[in-house]
Amino acid sequence: MISTAITDLYYGFGVALEPHNLMYCFLGVLVGNLVGVLPGMGPVATISILLPLTFGMQPVPAILMLSGVYYGAQYGGAICSILLNLPCHPPHAVTCLDGFPLTKQGKGGTALGITIIAAFVGASFGITEMIFLAPFLVKMALEFGPAEVCSLMLVGLLAGSTLAKGSPLKGIAMTVLGLLVGIVGSDIETGQPRFTFGITELFDGVEIVALALGMFGIAEFMNSINNTESVDMKYAKVGISDMFPSKADLKLAFWPMIRGTVLGSLCALIPGTGPTIASFVSYATEKKISKTPERFGHGAIEGVACPEASTHSSVQGDFIPTMSLGIPGDTVMALLLGALIIHGIVPGPQLISQHADIFWGLIASFWIGNILLVILNVPMIGLWVKLLSIPYRYLYPSAMFFVCIGVYAANNDMFQVGETLFIGVIGYILLRLDFHPAPILLGFVLGPRFEENFRRSLLISRGDLTTFIDRPISAFFLFICVVLITAQIYVWLRKPKIFTEEKAIEAQVPRTAYSEVAE
Amino acid sequence: MLEKFTLKRDYYAGGLMLLLGVGAAVTGSGYKFGTLARMGPGFMPVMLGVVLAFMGLLIAGTALASSEPDDAKFMPDNPQWFGWFCIIAGPILFIILGEYGGMIPAVFACVFVCALGDKTATYKSSAILAFGVTVFGVLLFHYFLGIPFPLLRGVNL
Repeated sequence: MISTAITDLYYGFGVALEPHNLMYCFLGVLVGNLVGVLPGMGPVATISILLPLTFGMQPVPAILMLSGVYYGAQYGGAICSILLNLPCHPPHAVTCLDGFPLTKQGKGGTALGITIIAAFVGASFGITEMIFLAPFLVKMALEFGPAEVCSLMLVGLLAGSTLAKGSPLKGIAMTVLGLLVGIVGSDIETGQPRFTFGITELFDGVEIVALALGMFGIAEFMNSINNTESVDMKYAKVGISDMFPSKADLKLAFWPMIRGTVLGSLCALIPGTGPTIASFVSYATEKKISKTPERFGHGAIEGVACPEASTHSSVQGDFIPTMSLGIPGDTVMALLLGALIIHGIVPGPQLISQHADIFWGLIASFWIGNILLVILNVPMIGLWVKLLSIPYRYLYPSAMFFVCIGVYAANNDMFQVGETLFIGVIGYILLRLDFHPAPILLGFVLGPRFEENFRRSLLISRGDLTTFIDRPISAFFLFICVVLITAQIYVWLRKPKIFTEEKAIEAQVPRTAYSEVAE
Repeated sequence: MLEKFTLKRDYYAGGLMLLLGVGAAVTGSGYKFGTLARMGPGFMPVMLGVVLAFMGLLIAGTALASSEPDDAKFMPDNPQWFGWFCIIAGPILFIILGEYGGMIPAVFACVFVCALGDKTATYKSSAILAFGVTVFGVLLFHYFLGIPFPLLRGVNL
């Protein structure tokens, strides 16, 4: 099995190193790094803007580029947290706690250097995990019938809505709302238009780009307009020579890095627990097992290394369920899955065998992209730091332009721009009511496939609902659903100690308007 | 006892979900429902609508049951009516001017109006930004990516 994986990987490098693909991979990580640095721009909005522009491209470079934006943004996000104390990207919020004190002590460069090393270690482990685990999962998933797919999707939806931030009830409500939005359009079997209200443009359904840009673009700008603190650049002076950590720092950071990596990769495997949760869990763990917990929060290098490693390993691991099972773990993955569908690729266990070029090319491009990012970040750190000082008042109007033209370019249709605006206003109202928009996208992307499989499995069983319990794999997934719900009720009633500790850490993180929606 | 019934934000949240759920279920019941074995197009909308309405009740219900005061308000502390207006007006202008004028006026107006929404913005700073973005946008989207969107309708550029 190892030898086939290595041959496949070799093939993947062949795909990823084709000049055309390599160029788009580079473009992706560059744009990703850029938006990661800019406060107030997230990978979700960026990928949605870029998505329509990939419609004319081959699927392989398109997916390489869009994925590059996602992991590239993780490298940039850390810079913002460490140098400015601005958690504009939720996965890096916890890095502020020790990163910014280090910057104040004049060790910001060291923290950034450690971050890059931790990122590379974490990402490498996540990729390796994907190489060996994904084909294994596929072998299992090929046995799945519609009933199993249905139950698995239910696990994904439930985990995605209850494990994310905020109230689990509201998460579930948002998922259901997303499923309903996914229903808009013509019914796949009968062609009956549903929830279209007589608007012809809606017969093809709601455009995924419009939904994502409304929820994560316009709603976010409405939330942060005139609501952002001015950026304090006092400490943000870093040169290349500051970035090489001393031997003592490396020694301190080594084990936290490894532990963070392992925790992050575990979090990636549970659907719904993305990089943000991974970073919080690993920080809490590291603080707990440390011999000197009092140093945390005052510039402990471990407090930077551990969450960063776990974020990156979780980001790469996130691709595993998405690519092998077709079940996305978070918003970005839902968006990438949408991109695959638009490019005519059916996500699911067949993907690896039918589109080996995409799967192995993607994995190989992760290595290449991560190496490119290390190269980009070390010598160009001065440029990234300069970008940090671009004020929000220039950023959001430019971003609004990209939103409008991006949505227009998706179908060359002005109606979509109006649709985005409408969704954006609704999104802002939902945001004010303390709903998190991420599960909507998850429900929206999975909705049509969920309905199709649900209908098909009941058609096969002649309307007998016990088919979901009779089949052992399906029953196992439903059992996980029950466990998830029970755990939520337990947490709600008893409020166990671990959660209060995690809440305490969360409360220490500085809050900005950006961090509410960005992911 | 009475303070339990002071309005909390979650009452609105639950109420909105209830409304949306009932709305979806009622609209969905207009489509053919079918049976479990042969589901019609109305089956999922009705089921999901009912679940959403139920979630709405639960959200409002837990807010009622919890004794913790909820001081979070629906409106933010300093409502930005003008800012919101500008952000909404930008895309509307983009649609109208894009439909009748072309890409250049649409982009310029959209960025200009959006930029005005910031407290510190002036007409001059917004115009400079809008000009810059328009030049960049035309170069990137019209000449480099070639999206079908005439620069100025009626004028051959």
